[in-house]
Amino acid sequence: MTDLTDSFPTTAIDIAWNVRNNIVRATEVVERHLAEIERREDDIHAFNLVLADEARERAAEIDDAVSVGRDVGPLAGVPIALKDNMCTRGIPTTCSSKILDGWRPPYDATVVTKLREAGAIVIGKTNLDEFAMGSSTENSAFGPTRNPHDTTRVPGGSSGGSAAAVAAGFAALSLGSDTGGSIRQPAALCGVVGVKPTYGAVSRYGLIAFASSLDQIGPFSTTVADASLLLESISGHDPLDSTSIRQGSLDITRQLDFGVAGLRVGRITDLPEGASSDVVERLEQAFDALRDAGAEIVDVEVPAFTYGLTAYYLIAPAEASSNLARYDGVRFGNRVEAPDTNAMYTATRTDGFGAEVKRRIMLGTYALSAGYYDAYYGRALKVRQRIADDFARAYERADVLLTPASPTVAFHLGDKTSDPMSMYLCDTYTIPSNLTGEPAMSVPFGTGDDGLPVGVQVLAPALQEAMMFRTAAVLEQRVPR
Amino acid sequence: MSDAITSEWTFRGYEMVVGLEVHVELATRTKLFSASPNRFGDEPNTNIDPVTLGLPGALPVLNRQAVELAMRLGLAVNCTVQRSTFARKNYFYPDMPKAYQISQYDEPICIDGWLDLPDGFRVGIERAHLEEDTGKSTHVGGTGGRIHGSEHSLIDFNRAGVPLVEIVSRPDIRTPEQAKAYVSELRAILVAVGASDAKMEEGSMRVDANVSVRLPGAEFGTRCEIKNVNSVRSVGRAIEYEAQRQVGMLEAGESIRQETRHWDETDGRTHTLRSKEDADDYRYFQEPDLVVVDPDPEWIERVRFSLPVLPAARRVLLAAATGQRPDAEAILVVTDRDQDAYVLAVAAAGGDASRALVHVKEAFADEGARPSVPAAALATLTRMEIDGELTATQAKQVLAELAAGGGGDARAIAAAKGFEAMDASELETMVDAAIAAQPEAWAKYCSGEGKALGALVGAVMKESRGQADGKAVTALLERRRDA
Amino acid sequence: MSDRITPEAVAKVAKLARLSLSDDELLHATHQLSDMLDHFADIDALDLDGVTPMTHPTPIANVMREDIEMDCLDRDEVLAAAPAAEDGRFRVPPIIGLDD
Ligand SMILES: [Mg+2]
Ligand SMILES: [Zn+2]
Repeated sequence: MTDLTDSFPTTAIDIAWNVRNNIVRATEVVERHLAEIERREDDIHAFNLVLADEARERAAEIDDAVSVGRDVGPLAGVPIALKDNMCTRGIPTTCSSKILDGWRPPYDATVVTKLREAGAIVIGKTNLDEFAMGSSTENSAFGPTRNPHDTTRVPGGSSGGSAAAVAAGFAALSLGSDTGGSIRQPAALCGVVGVKPTYGAVSRYGLIAFASSLDQIGPFSTTVADASLLLESISGHDPLDSTSIRQGSLDITRQLDFGVAGLRVGRITDLPEGASSDVVERLEQAFDALRDAGAEIVDVEVPAFTYGLTAYYLIAPAEASSNLARYDGVRFGNRVEAPDTNAMYTATRTDGFGAEVKRRIMLGTYALSAGYYDAYYGRALKVRQRIADDFARAYERADVLLTPASPTVAFHLGDKTSDPMSMYLCDTYTIPSNLTGEPAMSVPFGTGDDGLPVGVQVLAPALQEAMMFRTAAVLEQRVPR
Repeated sequence: MSDAITSEWTFRGYEMVVGLEVHVELATRTKLFSASPNRFGDEPNTNIDPVTLGLPGALPVLNRQAVELAMRLGLAVNCTVQRSTFARKNYFYPDMPKAYQISQYDEPICIDGWLDLPDGFRVGIERAHLEEDTGKSTHVGGTGGRIHGSEHSLIDFNRAGVPLVEIVSRPDIRTPEQAKAYVSELRAILVAVGASDAKMEEGSMRVDANVSVRLPGAEFGTRCEIKNVNSVRSVGRAIEYEAQRQVGMLEAGESIRQETRHWDETDGRTHTLRSKEDADDYRYFQEPDLVVVDPDPEWIERVRFSLPVLPAARRVLLAAATGQRPDAEAILVVTDRDQDAYVLAVAAAGGDASRALVHVKEAFADEGARPSVPAAALATLTRMEIDGELTATQAKQVLAELAAGGGGDARAIAAAKGFEAMDASELETMVDAAIAAQPEAWAKYCSGEGKALGALVGAVMKESRGQADGKAVTALLERRRDA
Repeated sequence: MSDRITPEAVAKVAKLARLSLSDDELLHATHQLSDMLDHFADIDALDLDGVTPMTHPTPIANVMREDIEMDCLDRDEVLAAAPAAEDGRFRVPPIIGLDD
């Protein structure tokens, strides 16, 4: 989507290589992206906040460092947009919620620290569905984000702002968070690469929690290689996150060109229905492309796949109801005054949260409350285990699995806002990977109805990101025209 | 079992059934889930970090030392250390930053132990689990810092996140004395193993009591939980008041409502705080931000072997050395002051353990575990008493001098004071002189009026300038009378 | 709409979550939650006996940190970001309707 007609570098890898070798200045990289933002942001609204001054300052620092021969990191000078649910010290972090509007965290998320160390330049904080609850970025207290391919349509969600920012060329890279598909679904709808890493591969410290056992930060980019580079930069053990996996950063890029010869690619024969025909067609072409590249296509069954949605919509709201209890108007964020503390809690939360957030808090509170725990939350945890078992069995026969990322191409704004269940069904194919903690990514694979992007999802067993990326790289090379 | 502690408590035929829940702040450097200091008395809100404040995005990481201290305590009260998990207890209160407390719920770290009271009475321990403390609220305006009538409240989060162990006893306690002894003993163990300073006055040890009453042999009655019991003495008072209140209600034909009650130290009563019907629905579920704690057997054994000799065993040793019962007052007091080893050292230096015990209990209340008087000096002193070289009164004076000078030679001090074993004939001369000087008193004494003895003994003590042994004087007078 | 959840239950849940709902909102929420629970009834038929509840995606254990102090947040910065503060502390309205 970028309108850079000259040979100026656009991918993160190219930008970083040129900046590191003093061929292109970070300052110019930043100016070009800011110009693009200036040109189209009003129509798209990818950002809650554009950090123009900060980005310029940081770019100047990097240029200075380059000029004296210092190593400026693998992402030197690369503009990156952050989903506005990652804490940035002294910089407003809102979760697109009225309740946090204006709050400036006194600390940085671990990913933010890592990005700085890697030389990346944070160019803005992107819009999202409030507290990452949604699949269209329409549940934002600051208004919806629009799809750069067609501004009458949604970018997907909840990381819609981050997906749109990369698709529109506002930033070479962005980070989103994925609790039930919130990176992969908007990546598919915006025609960019989006990755949900293995749970625990990327630190959650400083990521404002939606559902702690499902949340994971991951990259958006225009190319598979860029996503690989970014994921390597942000992954690795963090002592501040108890669920962080105790190993070094993921090792992916080295294996990116290994191809898929001999790889067993699984087709899930009992996949839940609901994908539109254009999406199904692309998926079939994806299998063909991989077969042509030497992969073996195998049929597998994941019978519990279909129960993912239910397990997810009981577990995620339950955790969320607890995670969002801290927005009580006492220590940070906004407060609505009332004569006593209890009334203040209720006034603050009733005013501060949007409808979808309230709906999920109530659903989760119900699922956990006395008398219902066993029937809902407790049962959902068992279904979760069942799903994990089914995937484990499937991975005995296949190395990776392929499914649609989203059941449809981008839909119009307002299409699903009145019926929460119809919105929830957008996550049918992405949810199981969050429940199992296994990695999955969406890679653009041609277009569907109305010429809109279609994404194919590649799933892999825990910590098998390298295999997943190899598969995605092959699909990227064989995109149908 | 001694009568002192297990003596029956009944009220109009009812007995009390009591279980105690004791919260103890662990003596770590930092908080349970974050690296800000666990320190009492600092300026408000200076010991805070994103986790302590429950800021968005903050995540807990468990403090290894807190786990080890909980294990030390658990093993000291004979618990099994097991695989454990953390849960969230959800409720709104301004001093609870995240609006949930991270606590151990259905899988606590320590289970199934017991604690023996000094008299041998055994109280079962159901569990001991780790959890985080809350912040502290101060109520401004209104009267006396109470919630009711206050204009607003101020919150200090320094204490939020401080590691606590909650020790839950089984409902084995039947008397206020047992309850007090349980709390004292638990406190002594906590201090001995270094788990906590267990200062009730600073709030680092807090007691809740579950109290019910029943006719002996009947089923357990409905219980009430009493909060805010802040001293050992109050534990006894609160449960006694509460048990009597419940008996009163039953006798009046009313039934007991399960509720939480608050102990009011000033009026000596318990008051309703909330009834079970409006008890919170805590929606416990496993904390997704923390992982399982499963100490390996090697760690558990290392902790077990590093435990010191516990107060109960120390009392038995001291009792054996001094010929007393392990629950004798002097044994309890001296062990509690950590001076038991000193008494044993006096005995090892050739002194008399039982006399040393009395001296230490009475003269060394303000001294620590290592009194300023060298054990050898006190040993000499007790030997001189045994050998009749010093009377009890003289020994006290010599000891006072030794203590004041931080040691010295007992024999030299006695000599300097002119204390010598009084010659028997000298004493007889003095006794005869006293009889001659007070014929009326003598006549009364002989006719069986015991009170008259005092005047005669007093005269001898005066004549000897306090050097005579009172017991010897009495014995001589008896012999004269019976002759 | 099924009767999987009653308006009374929704009201209780809202109260627990410290959210207030108008009468209309309460009925609407009851309707929506009931609809969702109907969808989520697909797992009712599953035989889940003997299945261990999966609370965490990765089975790791014993993650602990050493008992070492680190820098604290700056009190003034934190209190400046609070809705109300006084005397170095966070200020809240009178605490009534909550337990002591
Ligand atoms: Mg309790
Ligand atoms: Zn407790």
